[in-house]
Amino acid sequence: MNKRSKRKVLIFSIVFGMAIAIVLFLTAFNENMQYFYSPTEVKNGDAPTTHAIRVGGLVVAGSVKRAPDSLKIEFDVTDSAETMTVEYTGILPDLFREGQGIVAMGQLQADGRLVAQEVLAKHDENYMPPEVADALEKAGHVSKQDAAAEKI
Amino acid sequence: MIPELGHFALIIAFAISIVQSIVPLIGAAKNDAALISMARPAALVQLLFVGLAYAALTHAFIVHDFSVLYVSQHSNMVQPLMYRISGVWGSHEGSLLLWTLILSLWTIAVAVYSRNLPEILMARVLAVMAMISTGFLAFMLFTSNPFERIFPVPLDGNELNPLLQDPGLAIHPPMLYMGYVGFSVAFAFAVAALLGGKLDATWARWSRPWTTVAWSFLTIGIALGSWWAYNELGWGGWWFWDPVENASFMPWLVGTALLHSLASTEKRGVFKSWTVLLAILAFSLSLLGTFIVRSGVLVSVHAFATDPARGVFILAFLVVVVGGSLALYTWRSATVVSYGRFKWFSRESALLLNNIIFLTAAAAVLVGTMYPLVIDAFGVGKISVGRPYFDTMFSLVAIPLLLLLGIGPVIRWKGDNWSRLAKVYTSIFIFSLVAGLLLPFLIEDQLNIATGLGLAGALWVALTTLKDFFTRLASSRKLPLAYSGMILAHLGVAVFVAGVTVTMSYSEEKDLRMVPGNSYNIAGNEFRFIGTRKVQGANYVADEAVIEIWHNNEKTGELLPQKRTYSGKSNPMTDASIDKTLFRDLYAALGEELEDGAWSMRVYYKPLIRWIWLGCILMTMGGVLAISDRRYRQPAKEKAGINSAVARA
Repeated sequence: MNKRSKRKVLIFSIVFGMAIAIVLFLTAFNENMQYFYSPTEVKNGDAPTTHAIRVGGLVVAGSVKRAPDSLKIEFDVTDSAETMTVEYTGILPDLFREGQGIVAMGQLQADGRLVAQEVLAKHDENYMPPEVADALEKAGHVSKQDAAAEKI
Repeated sequence: MIPELGHFALIIAFAISIVQSIVPLIGAAKNDAALISMARPAALVQLLFVGLAYAALTHAFIVHDFSVLYVSQHSNMVQPLMYRISGVWGSHEGSLLLWTLILSLWTIAVAVYSRNLPEILMARVLAVMAMISTGFLAFMLFTSNPFERIFPVPLDGNELNPLLQDPGLAIHPPMLYMGYVGFSVAFAFAVAALLGGKLDATWARWSRPWTTVAWSFLTIGIALGSWWAYNELGWGGWWFWDPVENASFMPWLVGTALLHSLASTEKRGVFKSWTVLLAILAFSLSLLGTFIVRSGVLVSVHAFATDPARGVFILAFLVVVVGGSLALYTWRSATVVSYGRFKWFSRESALLLNNIIFLTAAAAVLVGTMYPLVIDAFGVGKISVGRPYFDTMFSLVAIPLLLLLGIGPVIRWKGDNWSRLAKVYTSIFIFSLVAGLLLPFLIEDQLNIATGLGLAGALWVALTTLKDFFTRLASSRKLPLAYSGMILAHLGVAVFVAGVTVTMSYSEEKDLRMVPGNSYNIAGNEFRFIGTRKVQGANYVADEAVIEIWHNNEKTGELLPQKRTYSGKSNPMTDASIDKTLFRDLYAALGEELEDGAWSMRVYYKPLIRWIWLGCILMTMGGVLAISDRRYRQPAKEKAGINSAVARA
C-alpha cells in the first residue's frame, strides 16, 4: 500500500469506529433512561409496562404488609390524589417508614402494581426525594416552598 | 468574638486577593519589577488570613459555639472531637472555606518550589490563582458566610449525619479537594502562558509535576470515597455512578488525559494547544464538580430557586472562568505552532489516542450526569440514567484503552516499526487472550466471554508492563523514577481491572430471613446466625447480630453487623460487618427485626474486591514516585537548555 491509500484506510477506519461508538452510545443511553411517574400518572395510564420506570410518593400509613415466611413486602404509595401498590422482595433501606417519601424503581404490571427491584429513601430524615415533592405539589398536597424548606 | 474575627479575616483575604489578581498582571504588562514582586508577599498574606478564618471556624466547632449557625447545624455536644474538626467541611459553607484554604496552600507551594521560574511568568501564575481565590471568597462573603450568627442561640446543635462519622469519609473531602484545586495550578500555568503569548515546551515541564501531584491526590480521594461507600452504606457496592461520584470522576478522566498529553508536549513539543485546552477543561470540571455536589443542585434543580443568589453566582463564576479562559485560548492559540513531526505509528499517536479515549469516557459520564438535570431544569420531565448505561460505556472504552496501554509505552517517539515489536507482543497478546478466556472455564466450568476479556485485558497490561520493565532493567543500571512510577501506575491499572472483573462476575449476594440457629451457604462459606444482643456505643445504642463463618467444618471468622440508633435521630442506621482477606470479602448487613426473633439480613461474597482499591493505591504510589524524579528539580537554565535542544531535534 502506498502512503496515500494507507492514510485513506486510516481515516476511513477512524470514521467507521466513531460511527459505531456513537450508535452504541445512543442505544445504551436510550435503553437505560428511566422516567419518573407519580401514582396519578400511573392511574391515568401514562406509564409504560414495557420497561422499567420509577414511581414515588409517600408510604401510606398502615399499608405495609409482610409475608410471614419470606422477605416479600407490599405497601401503598400516594401523591395524596391517587394511591398505588408496590411489591418488593428484600431488605428495605434504613429510612423507609410509613409516611416517608420514597422512590421505587421497577416494572409496572398490567394490574397497576409495581414490582420493584429497588426502593430508595435518601440519607436524611428531613429529606424528601425531589420527584416526590414535585408529585405531591402537583396533586396539591404541600407547596413547593414547604417541601424545599424541609429539604434544608 | 472569634467568629467575627474569622469573618473579618475573610474580608481582608478577599481584599488582598483582588490586589494579588491585578497588580502583578499590570507589572507583567509594563515590565515593572516592583509591581511584579508584589505577587509572592500578597500570596503569603492571603494564606495567613484565610488560615485565620479557617482556624476561627474550627475553634467554634471545638468549643461548641452554637451561636454560629453553621456550627449549630453540623455538630452537637456529644460529637467526638475528631468529627467536630471534620464537621468544618461537612457541608456547603465550610467546604468552600476548606477549598479556599487549599487553594492558598497550593499558591504558596508554587511560589516556594518554583523559585527558578522567570519572575514575569510567576507573577502571572500567582495572579491567575488569586482570581480563582477572589471568586471563591466573594461567593462565601456574599452568599454562603460560614460565620453567620443565629439568635436565639440553641442549647444544642444538630448532629453531623452519622453516616459521615467515619475516618475514611473525614479525610475523603480534603484529599479530593487537594486534587480538584491542584488542577488549578496547571490551569494557572496554561492561562499565564497564553497571557504571555509564549507557549513553549517549558511550561509543560513546569506544570507536569504539579499535575501529577494533583492527580495522585484525586486518585486516592476517589478511592477513599469508594471505600467508605462500601464499608458504610451497607449495599456492598464500590461504585454507584451516583452524580456525586461522577462529579469527581470527570476531572479525574480529563486529568489523566492531561497527564499523558503533558508528556508529549514536554518531550516532543507537540500537541501544545491541545494540552492547554485539557488543562482548562480539567480545572473547569473540578469547579463544576465542587459546585454541583455542594450547591444542592443534585438534590433538586429547584434548590437554585430557593436560593437564587447562589445559583446565579455559581453560573456567573463558571461562565467567567470557563468562558474567559476559552476566549483567551481561541485568541492566543492560533499563534501557537507545534513543531515536531511524527509518523502515525509512534508514541505521539499512542498518547493522542489515549487522550481521545479518556475524553470519550469523560463525555459519556458528563452526558449521563448532566442530561437529567438539564431535562428537569427545562421542566420536560424527570428521568434518571440507569447504571447499565455507564457499565456498558466503560466496558466499551476499556477494550481499546487496555490494548493501547500494553503497547503504547514501548512505541518510540517520532515513529517506530511494528515489525520490531511484532514477535514478542503478538505472543503476549495471544497468551493473555487464551489464558483470560480459559480462566472463567477453570473457575466455574463455563465460558464467559465478558469476564474472559476483562481478565485477558488485566493479564495483557500486567505482562507487557513487566516485560518492558525487565527489558529496561537489563539494559541500564538505574531507571529514572518517573519511568518506575509509570510502571507502578500501569500495574495498578491491571490489578484494578482484575478486581473489577472478578468482583462484578463472581460476587454473590442474598437477602435472607434468618432465625437464630439458621445457616446459609454461599460460595463454600457457611454463615451461621447465632443470635442478637444489645450494644451501647459512644453516642448510639445498637442491636448486634453474631454470625459465625464456617469453612470446611472449621470456624474461620465472626461477623458482628449492627443496627444503630444514634441519640437525637429517630431512624436506625446499618453498620455492616466485613471479614476481609486479599482474595475475598464476606459481608453481612442487618435488615430489621421480623416476627418470632427472626431478622432480615443481607449477606455477600465478594471475591477480589480489595484489588480495586489496591489498584488505586498502586496508581497513587506511581504518581508519587514520578514526582520524586530528579529532573524536576534541575535549575531553570539547564531545563531551558534541554528543551530548546529537544525542540531543535
